Amino acid sequence: MSTTVLRRPGLARIRTTRAPLQHLCLGFVALVVLAAVLAPWIAPYDPNRIELGNALAGPSADHLLGVDASGRDTLARLLTGARTSLLGPLGVVAFSTLAGVAVGVTAAWRGGWLDSVLSRSTELVFAFPGMLLAILIVSVYGEGLLAPVIALAIAYLPYVSRLTRSLVLAERGRPYVEAYQVQGHSGLQICLRHVIPAVTPVVLAQSTVNFGYALIDLAGLSFLGLGVPALTPDWGRMVFDGQSAVQHGYPLSAVLPCAAVVLTVVAFNVVGERWADQVARRDR
Amino acid sequence: MSGAVKGPAGGSAGGSLGFLRFAARRLAEMAATLVGASFVIFGAMYLAPGSPAGFLLSGRSASPEALKAVNAHYHLDDPFLLQYLRWAGQILHGDFGRSITYRTDVSRLLADRLPATLLLVAMALVLVTAAGLLLGWIGAVRGGRTDSAVLVGTTFALGTPSFVAAVLLQGLFAVELGWFPTGGTGEGFGQLLWHLTLPAVALALYLIGLLARVTRAAMLEVLGQEHVTVALSRGLSRHRVIRRHVFRNALGTVLTTGGLIVSTLLVCTVLVESAFSVGGIGQLLELSTTTKDFPTVQAISLIMVGLFMTVNLVVDLLHPLVDPTVTLGARRSPA
Amino acid sequence: MTTTLDIRAYHLRLPDTARPVLAGVDLTVDARETVALVGESGSGKSLTSRSVLGLLPHGATTGGTVEVDGEDVLTMTPDRLRRLRTSTAAMIFQDPRAAINPLRRIGDFLTESLRLNAGTGARAATDRAVEMLEAVGLSAAVLRRHPGQLSGGMLQRVMIAAALMGDPALILADEPTTALDVTTQAEVVALLGDLRERFGTGLLFVTHDLGLAAAISDRVYVMYAGRIAETGPAAALFERPRHPYTAALLNSTPRPDAPQGRLAAIEGRPPGLREDLTGCSFAARCPLATYLCSQQAPELLPVAGEPARRTACHHTDRIGTRGGADA
Repeated sequence: MSTTVLRRPGLARIRTTRAPLQHLCLGFVALVVLAAVLAPWIAPYDPNRIELGNALAGPSADHLLGVDASGRDTLARLLTGARTSLLGPLGVVAFSTLAGVAVGVTAAWRGGWLDSVLSRSTELVFAFPGMLLAILIVSVYGEGLLAPVIALAIAYLPYVSRLTRSLVLAERGRPYVEAYQVQGHSGLQICLRHVIPAVTPVVLAQSTVNFGYALIDLAGLSFLGLGVPALTPDWGRMVFDGQSAVQHGYPLSAVLPCAAVVLTVVAFNVVGERWADQVARRDR
Repeated sequence: MSGAVKGPAGGSAGGSLGFLRFAARRLAEMAATLVGASFVIFGAMYLAPGSPAGFLLSGRSASPEALKAVNAHYHLDDPFLLQYLRWAGQILHGDFGRSITYRTDVSRLLADRLPATLLLVAMALVLVTAAGLLLGWIGAVRGGRTDSAVLVGTTFALGTPSFVAAVLLQGLFAVELGWFPTGGTGEGFGQLLWHLTLPAVALALYLIGLLARVTRAAMLEVLGQEHVTVALSRGLSRHRVIRRHVFRNALGTVLTTGGLIVSTLLVCTVLVESAFSVGGIGQLLELSTTTKDFPTVQAISLIMVGLFMTVNLVVDLLHPLVDPTVTLGARRSPA
Repeated sequence: MTTTLDIRAYHLRLPDTARPVLAGVDLTVDARETVALVGESGSGKSLTSRSVLGLLPHGATTGGTVEVDGEDVLTMTPDRLRRLRTSTAAMIFQDPRAAINPLRRIGDFLTESLRLNAGTGARAATDRAVEMLEAVGLSAAVLRRHPGQLSGGMLQRVMIAAALMGDPALILADEPTTALDVTTQAEVVALLGDLRERFGTGLLFVTHDLGLAAAISDRVYVMYAGRIAETGPAAALFERPRHPYTAALLNSTPRPDAPQGRLAAIEGRPPGLREDLTGCSFAARCPLATYLCSQQAPELLPVAGEPARRTACHHTDRIGTRGGADA
């Protein structure tokens, strides 16, 4: 029946046990990025080269990870697919972060009607789940990577701007901001030189987590055939291409891109969450 | 030493008039947002390259009759605002227009396909609630190795998109083991449940991770509060304290994820129904997007947004009942 | 007189610490007696009072005995422990706002222990709650309220009513007035005294305020770094401390009857749990400390000529009258 937890500073143990997992995930992120960058040089084959006679072959010396239903080398498609699979989320995160910070800082700093207009539109965007907005826009523009990236960036923007807004409001209440104002620094100067740098780590940590979500959403669109064009290697598309092979008992060409998606998302989530934890602990 | 009691501090669920006013305001806000959302859904077709009529008929032979039919339904010659109002008015009367691909009323298509989707979402919701709460509970209460296992499991669940889960579950349980059908809906209700089991699991997996995380964090926060120690000091058993005080208090936080959970479930039916060939509105959304059947896309988008917002409203109205310390009308983010 | 609480040679050790948090605590509370346990934060006074209800920190190991009504709490089965908490001993906590679940109504809080543990019917439990609320000066209307709708002073009254619900032989009050404002403090202290008289319970009053302790209690225990430094009847101890720490505490407490008006802070800090202690735990801060003090821990021994008092000091004869420790 030992129940109460004593909170005494002298008894607080410094927790270092979780660090290896973070390093592992950071290492995996680096590995995937490296694969994406170097894909044209390290891929063993052209990802669209077809060996029809070899379709659905298992792993061999020639094809380390086997061949898909159209006779294309799975390893080559995984490596090349890393490019589109990472580039899309990168676009989403870059745009939503930049625009979200701009909107959030403006709303918090100016306040008034601007703040209420922005929070109203935030409400409206919240009503659309990112995937649905992307599908709506794809149905208008047709498939391709650009339209869903823009749609998801818009859908993710409110999460970033809302976070930024609350962080800036907290930062604004600190004495040093008033001290600068008294000294005659302009609001823009204080924002750019002090407030934005102060809130950046938290926002970037959130964006790292968002990267994983954007990857999930974009891969889902590719799986539906609504994202990248059919021949472009992409993990989500590979799962779609491999699904009928799964139904015929040859799961490998679909399972591998599944694993690539899951591991990459997990790695980005863990890195982002730990980062956010560290920033929060430093701020305390 | 009178027993005078201070008035409600900051408002509580006690005042029924206050609650009614709060409910009315939330309802009005929801209506406003819904109008905004429908505006976006209607206006989207004007973003398309080329004329709206050309877009609405894209990929098909633009026969004069077809063009006339489209013009008749959308009144494309009228001013934009008038077009929107007419469109919205028709929807309020249950008329979602005609599907260009299926050459039938969209409302007919929806009526045929909505039940399967709603059943699928309901099954997934039951799974998410049961497994998510249970895992979060035992992670927070047991601690140690159990908690680590819950954390690792939820981390992977949160990294698994529903379509990945769908393909993997299909490969393992339908193809390899043959325990479940690979797709379709079957005949009769029993068969339907049977066919929807794997899709429901695929749909639920990610959200089980999410709900377990939220439940665990909320319960751990309450566990650290002194009133838990006080309840134990008064002789209540640990199990009772966790049920009556810890879980009960965490429920408010857990409830606020309800909107996010339902909206994610609805949207992900697109992926899961496509993967399992379930003839619901998710699959219909995918088909009508690839075939550019815009009236159908509009209708399904509107229904999903509407359902999501209704759930959010219900969550908002329930929250003060679950947690009387919540100030009525305080804004929350849905995430 | 029967002894309600009898703590003997009580040791408590936490994981990853160099010395026991409680080292050989002896303490008794007789029936209908008010006993104060005084010490700085971190001295182990709260831990001592919580031990009486078997509320131990995670991973704690114990030695000695903590007997309530003749039964050792430390070796009780979980069931027996729950019965002790329901009806034999009850605790009043420091911050009533944190101690009562904000989501449940006051009525639920008051009656839950009786309903869920003693199997009392809802009607009977509510009747008892109304009776106890009236005893602490609150009306039955409070039953329907949530904690957020009451003031801190009213909540502490509710807390006291809750402690009385099971008709306990012993009430443990852990700094029950610290979180309240000054006027409410006085009311709550007066109320506690009245109720102890009326219901005939023993009261262990834990506080850092020596003046308050002397004002309300029959006997006082002064605790320092997990040990009892000095104990005796309140008036005598307050009039003439027999331990340098008590003397220093008195000197650092503002008193209206102390004419010189010089307040002396005790220099240095209490020893941390990570450093091992040889000798007297107060030696590092004590103006009277000698080589002996740093080598050998003094035992708690009766004071010559005053059999009711005991002190743990090698140099107790060198302490003069009030404030004489700076000799």
